[in-house]
Amino acid sequence: MIDPLLPFEYEFFIKGLVVSVLLGGICGLAGVYIILRGLSYVGHGLSHAAFGGAIVGNIVGINYYIGAIIWSYLASFVIYEISKKNTIKPDAAIGLVTTAIFAFGVLLVSMTNKYTRNFESLLFGNILAITEQDLYIIVSVTMISAVFFFLLHKRLVFSFFDNESAKISGIKTSHIELLFSFVLATIIIVSMSSVGVTLLASVIVGPAISARMLSNNFSNVVFLSIIIGSIASFSGMYASFFLDSSSGPTIVMFITLGFGITALYALFKKIYHSHSHGGISHSHPHLHTDEHRHEHKHS
Amino acid sequence: MGSFEYLRITGLSYGFSYHDFVLEGVNLSIPRGRFVSLVGPSGSGKTTLLKLLCGIYEPWNGDIEYISNDCDSIFYYPSVGYVPQIETIDWNFPVSVQEVIAMGSWNYKSYLPWIDKKLKNQIKDVLKILGLSGYEKRHIRALSGGEQQRVFLGRALIKNPDILILDEPTTGLDYVSREKIFDILKNLNNNGMTVILSTHDITHIANRSPWVICFNKYVIAEGPPQDVLKEDNLLKTYGLSDYKIK
Ligand SMILES: Nc1ncnc2c1ncn2[C@@H]1O[C@H](COP(=O)(O)OP(=O)(O)OP(=O)(O)O)[C@@H](O)[C@H]1O
Ligand SMILES: [Mg+2]
Repeated sequence: MIDPLLPFEYEFFIKGLVVSVLLGGICGLAGVYIILRGLSYVGHGLSHAAFGGAIVGNIVGINYYIGAIIWSYLASFVIYEISKKNTIKPDAAIGLVTTAIFAFGVLLVSMTNKYTRNFESLLFGNILAITEQDLYIIVSVTMISAVFFFLLHKRLVFSFFDNESAKISGIKTSHIELLFSFVLATIIIVSMSSVGVTLLASVIVGPAISARMLSNNFSNVVFLSIIIGSIASFSGMYASFFLDSSSGPTIVMFITLGFGITALYALFKKIYHSHSHGGISHSHPHLHTDEHRHEHKHS
Repeated sequence: MGSFEYLRITGLSYGFSYHDFVLEGVNLSIPRGRFVSLVGPSGSGKTTLLKLLCGIYEPWNGDIEYISNDCDSIFYYPSVGYVPQIETIDWNFPVSVQEVIAMGSWNYKSYLPWIDKKLKNQIKDVLKILGLSGYEKRHIRALSGGEQQRVFLGRALIKNPDILILDEPTTGLDYVSREKIFDILKNLNNNGMTVILSTHDITHIANRSPWVICFNKYVIAEGPPQDVLKEDNLLKTYGLSDYKIK
């Protein structure tokens, strides 16, 4: 007989659970802005850059976070500058810049053999190895980024939706975008040690695209994405205890499962659409396409 | 501060690559309250000129000056409402009509993420002017082309600008939608707003605007339509001689 409350008797588990729910939520939140800005690849890219930075930092003998921050801010700045010109798509710029930085980090490791902080835990994440210091940093970053998105929401949406008009309207779009990429880099760095460089993309993009399929309303998408991200992280973390699996990959599995369920739900809703004509309410399966529309009265 | 008096463009040049001028020596003066249609072939630089007027691009050469009735204010800049060519819009973006119109006020409204009561009422008033009452919650995709165009007009109008700049506001619309937009613009203009638009529709829009500018890299002719829209000007603007060379 398995005791479902057993994991909660362990402090390391509770700490891990708090961290994963916080990160699942904040990555879910940031993910919505990321996909709408067409930067789906940024989580993957920046985490690689940060990884390179963390290694270099470690070799030079500075704090892991400081190394990662310097490198990934640098990377975001370069990406921002390259993609501003509009001739190169952001995703292409991300791929080029961040892989180069990642490679540089790996190169240094292979040359010096001096790396001490656990390599593997950065690559695949290890929520259970989170230290007290990590915990404080994760809580603060989550709160600060949440405030950032709360306060700059309107300006971000306008800039992403229609950059030129936003500029004309008097919004400092370039400042906002640069600030946005720094906030992203920070979120990615703190997520890295628990979710891992190789798995981060899913945590950032997964909940957001699932939520996007469920609603056309920005606020609802944000709300749903946060919920999906935190629930998937919670479930993944919880399941990993009983499966005795690593937490990062388990969380990714749950995010993918969440995506699968929402995709099916969205498809079902699209096909099996109920509506009413002249007071008679009925449903029958049919696809809605752009050429084919009719007025619905939902009752 | 003062209020907008006129717009003066002198010797304006601009391009996207070296030696390749899209605009070359544009001279133009537009007083307050004018209703201007800008006509010219595809690629003649209409959109570029409008974007320069809005400050999206910086002139290579020459000046764009907004002059206020208070001569002392050198740094005067009027409030400009811009309606982009709506083909450039991402219709899948999850925003409603109300949110799009509200965007027009985001640079001076608070930092709270929701739309407050006062703004909601302002939006209602704008929607009424546009004939879109009750459309607040609709997703922008679930609208006809004419309605979409009017929503973006609404976004420019929400801050009650001195100057309204529209890039091809009637392209792709049927007769009724086009007339609706034209009527709205005429009404705004009658109430004192300066309107500058670009169009390919010479018969229905340019011909009925009080002022027309034939444009191709520079101003070829300007004035009331009956004086300007003549064969020689149109020939020069649409550059038929150019085709012979090519
Ligand atoms: N961002 C850009 N980069 C490079 N060239 C550009 C850019 N935008 C416009 N051009 C070029 O500048 C010229 C003028 O373009 P513009 O969009 O101003 O023309 P237009 O008069 O608005 O045409 P249309 O009636 O088709 O909208 C064109 O030759 C175009 O190819
Ligand atoms: Mg154009």
